Amino acid sequence: MAEYRRLDVTEVGDVTVVRFRDQKILDDLNIQELGRELSQLVEVEGRARLLLDFSAVEFLSSAALGKLITLDKKVKAADGTLKLCHIQPEIYEVFAITRLNRLFDIKENEADALAAF
Amino acid sequence: MSEPRWIWRCDHTIPSQAGAGRQVRQEVLGQLQRHHWVDHDIFSIHLALEEALVNAIKHGNGLDLAKQVRVSCRMSDDLVQIEIADEGDGFDPTRVPDPTDNRHRECPNGRGVMLMRSFMDRVEYNERGNCVLLEKRRTKTE
Repeated sequence: MAEYRRLDVTEVGDVTVVRFRDQKILDDLNIQELGRELSQLVEVEGRARLLLDFSAVEFLSSAALGKLITLDKKVKAADGTLKLCHIQPEIYEVFAITRLNRLFDIKENEADALAAF
Repeated sequence: MSEPRWIWRCDHTIPSQAGAGRQVRQEVLGQLQRHHWVDHDIFSIHLALEEALVNAIKHGNGLDLAKQVRVSCRMSDDLVQIEIADEGDGFDPTRVPDPTDNRHRECPNGRGVMLMRSFMDRVEYNERGNCVLLEKRRTKTE
């Protein structure tokens, strides 16, 4: 498995669970690296059943949202499934305002999300 | 309307490079915490400040190190005002594509402006569109 600096990647059955290491996803260089690592999961490692766990994330900017939108597109192109979980209320508000809560399948916790794959 | 009684202010001129706003951000957040603003207000101001700084550095000045970004912050007991100006050509905020429209979903612009408007009480641009004023009123607590 490849090495990741911004992500912790584990496998639960045939689902790849991805946890963000950063509490605040805002530094531009970190966001670029995050985007590359998320793309690598799908395009290099061929993982197309992904669960993104946001439990560590306290803050993210619109640039980070852009990387998630790109990831969603890549997962769909690979005929895969992407789900999100453990999103804190203020972060969820960001998703709701930008209506990305309609694009992404967001579950309360990891167990609910895994059961929905 | 009378000018608020400012209890803190800071003015910075920062270079147009990624991460250059870190010190301003830390100063503003530190003051909000010191004066016990509620977490949601701090999150809102943090988000708007971050989006406005990125817009000025990246989109306004195009990461041109010959250009600078001027940041002016003021805080009273119940109000925060932040003004961020770049040296770019400016833009028309009324013509930013709607990021909630599926056709513009992948467009990198627009989502930040939308978040600023949602989380702050006032977001105003100058006529040229290269200077934004952000304002947040403190949430009243019991």
